[in-house]
Amino acid sequence: MESDVLVVDDSAAIRKILQRVLRQTGMAIGSIYEVGDGQEALEVLASHKVDLVLTDINMPKMDGIQLLAALKGAPEWRGVPVVMVTTEGGEAKVGEAVRLGAAGYVRKPFSADQIKEKLVGLLPAGMPL
Amino acid sequence: MNPKELLVESLSRAVQDVFSTMLGASVVPGDVILEHGAPEAQDGVLSFIGLAGSWVGSGSVSCSPAVACRVCSHMLMTESTAVNEEVLDAVAELTNMIVGSIKNDLERELGPLGLSIPTVVFGRNFRTKSAGHAEWIVRRFHWDSDVFEVRICLAPGERPNAPQPNAFALINPIGV
Repeated sequence: MESDVLVVDDSAAIRKILQRVLRQTGMAIGSIYEVGDGQEALEVLASHKVDLVLTDINMPKMDGIQLLAALKGAPEWRGVPVVMVTTEGGEAKVGEAVRLGAAGYVRKPFSADQIKEKLVGLLPAGMPL
Repeated sequence: MNPKELLVESLSRAVQDVFSTMLGASVVPGDVILEHGAPEAQDGVLSFIGLAGSWVGSGSVSCSPAVACRVCSHMLMTESTAVNEEVLDAVAELTNMIVGSIKNDLERELGPLGLSIPTVVFGRNFRTKSAGHAEWIVRRFHWDSDVFEVRICLAPGERPNAPQPNAFALINPIGV
């Protein structure tokens, strides 16, 4: 069974890098959706079921913390693991993300291995090949 | 360690870490220069980010179009030969990670700081002007035979924790 992933970051460069890393994990990844902010993420989630969300924090319109709060506050999305991938490393932001239910936190700059480590156990089909 | 020493050390560590992790590249820091006032007119790519909180300021990365393309090629593993939206986005994200890393270091000493969304400019014969009178810490980095520059200025805010506008104003952009 393949897992679908939503990547949320206002940087197209980071979205491209994360797509590449996801494809290289050896995990059964299906569709990878990508959007530039939290608002667009909610629009995608309204019509597509995903198994994991990777999101930045600092974004225009709706930031990653607001997106996380929206997902954890909605019964249909509450169970979707959300991993924060961000330059924000301050205790306040990390603490808020953890309190809201983030499944993981990866600080930019990140290596492919750091992303892979966070994904193991989070995806239903998350057994490395 | 005073804030200036902390900034210099953090800046060098951040640049080397970002290049090593995201670009698989090694860069060598050059001399540190302290600058006051507006820099000379410049050409190329300039990306900057505002910092706000009890201390306020900006951080920037500036480089030639060729170096910007090289950054993009390494970061995205693509062939970039001309400055386009993808190249500008890559330089903006590079700046975001460098200044973000510096911010994370500084927060331990200075308290919480906010980071703006990056802005990137590409053009010829443009100048930048800071709204404040802070001293800029400027450090050149050598990437093989290429060179790029990272600048940062940070000063205590007049109104702690008040939202601040981005400290850069762009003067005379041409060909942006």
